[in-house]
Formats: sequence, C-alpha cells, structure tokens
Amino acid sequence: MKRQLISLVSLYLFSVPQVFSQGYNVGDQVLDFKLKNIDGKYVSLSDYSSAKGVVVVFTCNHCPYAQAYQDRIIEIDKKYKLKGFPVIAINPNDPQIVPEDSYDNMISRAKEKGYTFPYLIDETQAVYKMYGAKHTPHVYLLQKEGKNFVVKYIGAIDDNYEDATKVTHPYLADALDALLAGRAPDPSSTKAIGCSIKDKHNEK
Amino acid sequence: MQQLYIIIMRVVILVILLFFTLQIDIAKLPELNKIQVMKFDQFRPYLSRQNDTMYLINFWASWCAPCREELPAIQNAEKNFSKYKFKILLVSLDFPNQLKTHLLPFIKSNQIKSEVILLDDHDQNRWIDIVDPGWSGEIPFTVIYGKDFREFYSHSFRSEELDSILKLKLKLL
Repeated sequence: MKRQLISLVSLYLFSVPQVFSQGYNVGDQVLDFKLKNIDGKYVSLSDYSSAKGVVVVFTCNHCPYAQAYQDRIIEIDKKYKLKGFPVIAINPNDPQIVPEDSYDNMISRAKEKGYTFPYLIDETQAVYKMYGAKHTPHVYLLQKEGKNFVVKYIGAIDDNYEDATKVTHPYLADALDALLAGRAPDPSSTKAIGCSIKDKHNEK
Repeated sequence: MQQLYIIIMRVVILVILLFFTLQIDIAKLPELNKIQVMKFDQFRPYLSRQNDTMYLINFWASWCAPCREELPAIQNAEKNFSKYKFKILLVSLDFPNQLKTHLLPFIKSNQIKSEVILLDDHDQNRWIDIVDPGWSGEIPFTVIYGKDFREFYSHSFRSEELDSILKLKLKLL
C-alpha cells in the first residue's frame, strides 16, 4: 500500500514536467503567466477578465517569417479585439543568441510597426516551453471557459507567408470566426515553416 | 611604330581577358540553373528512394542562422563520406523571390558543393506532416534515411555528431 502510494506520488510529481515539455494540446487548460511588456509593465492572462479569449502569438523581430506576418497580426488584433479576442505577442528568443530580439529592439520594432497589442519578453524562456511553441510565428488561440483559458487552435496564421492577398486558408481568422459562432475550429491545428526558437539549452 | 605595337598588344590582352571572363561566366551558368524550384509533389520522391544509398535531406534557408551554422558540418560529411553510397540534398526554404538575390550568392560564396533545390510550396500544412508527423515546421530540420531506417533531427549538427551518426548508419563502426 505504502509502495503504491509512493509510486502514485512519484507518478504525479514526475508526470508534470513531462506534460510541460510536450506543451499544450487543443483542449488543454493553460496556466497563467506574468511577462514584461515593452512598456515595462507586466501582463498576465488574468488581466483579460472581460475578454472572450486571447490570441497568443509566439513571434520575434529577426525571423523573416515572423516579419512577413507583422502586419497581418496587427490586422487580426484590430479586427478581433473588438469581438473579444485581442492578441498577445510573446518573444521567446534568447537575445544573447539573437541580439535583434533584445528587449530594446522589441520596443523599437513595436514603435516602428505601430503594434496595437502587448509584445512581451519571455525572459526565462519558461512560457514558450510550457506552451510547447516550436518556432516563430506559432499561434495558440485560447478561449475563456469560466475563469480558465482553454486552447482551441494551435498553429499557423494562414497558408501564404509570401503574399497576404493570395491566402487561400486564413486558418487563424477561420478559427476565431468559428469560436465566435459557437463552433469548434476545424482544423484545430495546422503547421507552417518557421524559425526555430533560439534557446541555449536546445543547442547541442 | 612602337606606339602602335603597344596599342595592338593591349587590344590582344584585353580580348584574351574578355575571353576568359566570358568563359568563367559560361561555366557558371549551368551551376546556377542546377537549382530547381519545386512543388512538394515533385520533390516527394527524394524522401523515399528505394535503393542501397543513404540519403541526408536538410531543410534550411540562407537567412536561417542555425542552418548556416551547421552547413560546414554537412559539407564536411559530403567530403568525408564521398566513397560511400551516401547522398546529400539541401532543400532550401528561401523566399522564391530571393533566389537570385540571396540564395544563389550564398551558395556561391560558401562554395556549397551539395545538390540544392528550392521548395516553393505554400501548402506547408499538408507537406510538413508528409515529411514527418512529428515535425512542427521549425528549421533546420534533417531527415536521414536508408533502406531500413529513417531518422529525424531538429537541431543544428556539429561535425563530430553528424559524422558519428553517419558512420553508425553506414555500419562503419
């Protein structure tokens, strides 16, 4: 009995990091975070108590794919924040590896592009790991259920990084429209090429 | 008279120089044309060749820093294992409109000897899963396969690591 209890306790203890390292799946309830915004203030999901959900985008300054989507992320934020789904952008990269993604450079990029949403720095690189983000840009669409935020869609913004006017599948906008219409997004996850997240611990 | 002689000599030298420059340009042209721009379905057979050769397929882009960092390791492997049945294909995900401005100059200045193709297919959501359902789309990404194995790597290789994987797979260890 005692042994069973110990193995149960250790299963509980050791299964948690496993879940973290694999990241969130669609349907998972997320933990809150507290990250520094470009204005020096800290932002958490709990600040969004009146929203229907949030669009969490892991993105950065240096990556050409992330750059290709800068304007589109602004458009998504402008359109869907009015409907209850604002964007929160998070830079997961270590600026020691990519100086272009430093906090100061984030501030200049946000100013230059006129970001309408918070642009947070994942200083300890714990949040991107918790989510399981693999590259920039990488989207996690969260919907509020009671007090909790639940993952409803993971993946790409759309299917044409080169030309916004030639998009045939606006995956993220479709997922947002589905949630607003009370439906589950379909597809609920998609894939796209992106820049690997720059983390010293991932380098071999 | 002597002046005329000098002028003629100069013209001859110029013509010779011009000839060599042209020769070099002509020699380079087929090199550039070697980069084929492909849709995924054209490229797909490269992922499952059925013969006794081992293949390394590396997804990269000239703007991707960790991709650039591992290129010397891959180029070394090409040299070190040239006697074996082993082939490398570099699949560039550079922006197609930067083929001439970025990709080709990069290949030239880094003297890349491996075969390079440019994969220009927007339906990434379809083809990433076909390459490997476990791949999320980050680059660099490498597939190494042979007759009886297929392995995936989503980090930058160092020479020693890559060489020891290849030795093991070529059964040289």
